[in-house]
Amino acid sequence: MADPMRIRANMTGDKVEVKVLMAHEMETGLRKDASGNAIPAHFIRNVTVTHGGKTVLSAQWGTSVSRNPFLHFRFKGGKPGEKVTITWLDNRGEKRTDEAVIAGG
Amino acid sequence: MDAKRREVLKTGGGVLALAAAGVIRPGDALGQEWNKAAFDTKSVAETVKALGASGSTPSSGVEITAPDIAENGAVVPIAVESKLPRTEAIAILIEKNPNTLSAEFAIPSGTDPFVSTRVKMAETSNIYALVVADGKYFHAVKEIKVTIGGCGG
Repeated sequence: MADPMRIRANMTGDKVEVKVLMAHEMETGLRKDASGNAIPAHFIRNVTVTHGGKTVLSAQWGTSVSRNPFLHFRFKGGKPGEKVTITWLDNRGEKRTDEAVIAGG
Repeated sequence: MDAKRREVLKTGGGVLALAAAGVIRPGDALGQEWNKAAFDTKSVAETVKALGASGSTPSSGVEITAPDIAENGAVVPIAVESKLPRTEAIAILIEKNPNTLSAEFAIPSGTDPFVSTRVKMAETSNIYALVVADGKYFHAVKEIKVTIGGCGG
């Protein structure tokens, strides 16, 4: 199981500012190991962020997103104390869901 | 879970070859959409087409925030902001990477037309931010010089 995401969700004005750091190798499939064998691709393909049952951001990623991906965005309609839920799904079908409570400004 | 494993085994011969292109099945089985055709593209024009446009218009309403020179191509911070009304999606394209399309974000109403992330760059290249606003496609370009590529090994 992959390590948990580190999520920060803070109010800035009337918006919720979300910063996420995911733990994932994001292997491209183009690299070779020391003995010359190709290292198979292993990367996050889908990221979904929800708040109060509504999707506030959804992403599709390729192999060129950096290892241990970082994501930063803002949405309206959240309040301190409410939850933001983030799920990623990778090309091997592994997934991970974490949530964070929105902190006051 | 079992069925998924079987599917991998069944297509196993192809997986080695396909893995290079980042194509492995199980994700599909979980019902999440992933635009394989677009992520397989190898030029900006192909990607734009695979994302459903015949072309896009340069726009000053699309802003890329990224360094002029990236010392480490493995971690290049890129932020894209759109000032265009009704922005629905933002995509990041890296012209000289093995696969052009890096990331695509769907922006629902209520979410700022802004995303920031970090990408890998194989070499010095133009970065395109492609924005879908009100059903039309717009873009901005920025060149980033890379000192050490991020896809070597």
